Amino acid sequence: QLPTGLYKKVLIILHDSILPYMNEPTLMIDFLTVAYGIGGAISLLALNGLFILIHQHNLEYPDFYKKLYSLLDPSIYHVKYRARFFHLTDLFLSSSHLPAYLVAAFIKRLSRLALTAPPEALLMVIPFICNLFRRHPACKVLVHRPNGPEDMSEDPYVMEEEEPSKSRALESSLWEIQSLQNHYHPDVAKAAAILNQSLPEMEDDISGLLELTAYELFDKEVKKKAVDVPLEFEQVRGLFGKKNDIFAEHFALD
Amino acid sequence: SNPFEVKVNRQKFNILGRKTKNDVGLPGVSRSKAIKKVRAHKKERTNVFKDKRFGEYNTKISPEEKMIRRFTLERQQNYGKKNIYNLNEDEELTHYGQSLAEIEKLNDIVDSDSDTEERGTLSAELTSAHFGGGGGLLRKKASSGQQDEEEEKPKSRKELIEEMIAKSKQEKQERQTRRESALELTEKLDNDWKEIQTLIARKTPKSERKEKEAEKPKPDEYDMIVRELGFEMKAKPSERMKTEEELAKEEQARLQKLEADRLRRMRGTDEQANKKPSHVSADDLADGFVLDTDDRRLLSYKDGKINIENEEEEEKEGEEEEEDDEEEGEKEDNENEEESEEESANEDEEDVAADSHSDLESDLESEEEAAGNKEQKKHKTNENESQNVEELDPKMEAAKSELPYTFAGKRRIDPCCLQGNMYSEKKANNFNILCFLQKLVGFLLEYIGELATLDLPELRTIDKLVLFMYMKLFRLLIKDFKLCYDSAQFPLQSVFSVGFDSMNALRELDENGIKKCYSKLIQKFQINTLQECRITTLQDVIKGLFICCLFLEYVSLSRRFVPELINFLLGVLHISLPKKQAQGYTVVHPFTPVGKNLELLLVCDKKDLESWQKQNLPLSIVTRLKETSRTEMNHIRLSCLALCFDLIKKCAALYESLPSFHEIMHPVRIVLTQHMPVNEYPEKMQEWYHFALKELENKVKHYAPLICEKKKPVPLKQYTPRIVKVLEFGKKLTGSKKEQERKQLIQKHKRELKGAIREIRKDNQFLARMQLSEIMERDSARKRKVKELLGSLATQEGEWKAMKRKKGKN
Repeated sequence: QLPTGLYKKVLIILHDSILPYMNEPTLMIDFLTVAYGIGGAISLLALNGLFILIHQHNLEYPDFYKKLYSLLDPSIYHVKYRARFFHLTDLFLSSSHLPAYLVAAFIKRLSRLALTAPPEALLMVIPFICNLFRRHPACKVLVHRPNGPEDMSEDPYVMEEEEPSKSRALESSLWEIQSLQNHYHPDVAKAAAILNQSLPEMEDDISGLLELTAYELFDKEVKKKAVDVPLEFEQVRGLFGKKNDIFAEHFALD
Repeated sequence: SNPFEVKVNRQKFNILGRKTKNDVGLPGVSRSKAIKKVRAHKKERTNVFKDKRFGEYNTKISPEEKMIRRFTLERQQNYGKKNIYNLNEDEELTHYGQSLAEIEKLNDIVDSDSDTEERGTLSAELTSAHFGGGGGLLRKKASSGQQDEEEEKPKSRKELIEEMIAKSKQEKQERQTRRESALELTEKLDNDWKEIQTLIARKTPKSERKEKEAEKPKPDEYDMIVRELGFEMKAKPSERMKTEEELAKEEQARLQKLEADRLRRMRGTDEQANKKPSHVSADDLADGFVLDTDDRRLLSYKDGKINIENEEEEEKEGEEEEEDDEEEGEKEDNENEEESEEESANEDEEDVAADSHSDLESDLESEEEAAGNKEQKKHKTNENESQNVEELDPKMEAAKSELPYTFAGKRRIDPCCLQGNMYSEKKANNFNILCFLQKLVGFLLEYIGELATLDLPELRTIDKLVLFMYMKLFRLLIKDFKLCYDSAQFPLQSVFSVGFDSMNALRELDENGIKKCYSKLIQKFQINTLQECRITTLQDVIKGLFICCLFLEYVSLSRRFVPELINFLLGVLHISLPKKQAQGYTVVHPFTPVGKNLELLLVCDKKDLESWQKQNLPLSIVTRLKETSRTEMNHIRLSCLALCFDLIKKCAALYESLPSFHEIMHPVRIVLTQHMPVNEYPEKMQEWYHFALKELENKVKHYAPLICEKKKPVPLKQYTPRIVKVLEFGKKLTGSKKEQERKQLIQKHKRELKGAIREIRKDNQFLARMQLSEIMERDSARKRKVKELLGSLATQEGEWKAMKRKKGKN
């Protein structure tokens, strides 16, 4: 009904400037439901209002988690509202009454999508996943399956499946996180390596990590002091002079 | 027979059954007998002094030869079995029977002219005064013959000594003044010399050095010969020349070792966080300076002088900035002059710099004079940069031994370029050049940046220049980077282009010896550009692909996973496709599934497709796309696509070991297999495509379920016996170590206190005893005196009574 820009603006301020002042917030249900159904960034934004309605006004929302699950796509790690979304997701998934298959599906999907995520998002999502493991120990089979089949030719998890219960997430393992242990950013690699060990009891606080930006990371890197280590030991031969240089293959100097 | 000659050995007790042998002896007779015997023995003997020296009376042998033979004989004698293992004990060298070492020692003492030595020797006067005994008399006797009439009157001893003291003092003062004046003179000479030297240094450095030598007192000829002999080079068997293969093998071994080191470092940070990554390889590469300079042929002369270099280096870095300013200021002043100078300076290389430069020159000169450096340089400024560049290029090609240095002014918009020529590779034997180079590097970096941001980047020039660069000033650049990042964060597009240009220039620097942190920084920077910059033009695509190449190279050894790389490649593939609805993959951030920038790489023209040939992308189009025909544009597009395919292939090869390789590559594979209009592409392109696809597809799928690492079992707490040192028997020491120490101290204090009290008591007793004895003595003395008195009184009385009696009698 509304143009996209206006939609977004309304949804951003909905939860703290509109809903508290309404006599009957439940009137917003239809609006939010429609917004939630649109998909993309608008759905993400509608989540916040919906959460308030569910939480304080006893809104019964069928297939809420399924919808939430389907919201997860590669762009969630790149959009502006990442911090807000993950904050809410953390809230929704903090309930210990959720079935293990659902949480496992979320974990698997998040980590699958993490394969295309930027480092600042990764630094946030890995502790997030760790927290999910702590809350739902039944999901730990994802990282620790001692008596499983030796070798599988295919990841049992079905990425395309909309329904979390049918995604066979519990039969899978978190190979994505294992891949991320080879991430180029050392902090990410370190964070991913935590899942190799059994987790400590305490939950990580991710509220500080939610707002992490690339700029902050860069800043941190600049301030770091490093020990001098000799790295390159091949002789210089001009800009493109190296052996097997990719550049020499494809670029010319003019 | 003669009873006087008989000596009877009397026996005190006769022992029964023992025969006495020597009861009677004849000493005189036996002595005479012995003397006779000796004489008889000596009669046959003729004692001769035999000269056993080799060839002493042999006139045929020349004296030198004789000496040599004798020496060898002696050596042979000394060379015994026990000396075989005596390796470093040289026999003492002698000259006329005196040890040479001792002679040298003595010489030392004699040569030195310090005060202290003379104090040791006593003047004749002093000795005579001290040891003459009764001075005056002896002195008179000794000097009476020589002394004049005036001194006839003998001086008293005191006068003599005073005179002597005065004399010695005077002498001393004279000596001192002499030395001071000499010192002053030398100083003055030095100063004069310095003044002259600046004039001479440039033209005839060699003669100058000779003069210097001549200045010194000529060393003794004998000494010189000795030294020469001492330092004479002895021919040694050189190592066999190595064959090419061996050299290659060695190089390989070295590289392998370094590689192993690197791997260890890499894993060290991964697996064991507590292990510090500060490992430095055993080779001397730890020193960044050495590493950097090693590579370049320019600095090949600095053998064995690395230590001092480092010191100098530190100093230099401090100075650097000041000097920058200095130079800059000067430049501005002299701009006009130098312009006119420019041409003439080019031709005449030995030309001395203009007067206006003299102070700068002399600065450098004073640095150099220590080692007698022969470098010559000239500076000049060019106002026009492009002109400068043009000038640079032919020069570089023409004269390899000449290193043209060009620096741009630090923060100036139209950069004046100061150019110095130095051709001192072989001659230079000190580090001043090195320092100078270090200063230059800063400017050089600036200049490279300048070149890179030109409309028409002089990449070839950079290529040449980069060879001579090293990383010392790299940190500066990082700061610049940060600056530009700070300022241009929002218009990311500009960051993209700026970053690209500098990166372009920096690429090689990167590879050469950047510390890990820097490369990480740059990676970070580039990642940001990759993931955040919107792709709107063909140039952007090329830039992005360039950065992708960079990244691939960065991670080619460590095989680190870079998601952004894959994302970008996927995006590039995406924009090369015609718009379509059905997809099956999602592109991430910088690329959008819908939008106006799609089909950026799409080529529809059949003719162009056919005429395309694989060509290298010239980097210059990045900054300035030539107004080219559609065909050429299309060709460039196709080249990009080909590059993309190649990169995908390389990525696939790189990441195949990752457990979720297939998930990572899934979207790329979908694009390649389902959406690519392969058949329309030219054959060569199809080849690239198939290479990439093959690399993607023939990887085995392999999933092993994850298993956590086993936790290390925490050991049970056990009660081990506590072992306590027993210092004093019978006493238990309890409590902590500190407590124990305290107790021990208290104990000690007590003991000491007791001892002290006992001592004091003893002293008191002693004192009391002494006092008592004193009193007793005094008492006894008094008693004795009293007794004496009484006695005397009694005698008096007695006498008096006797007198009385006598009187009474009378």
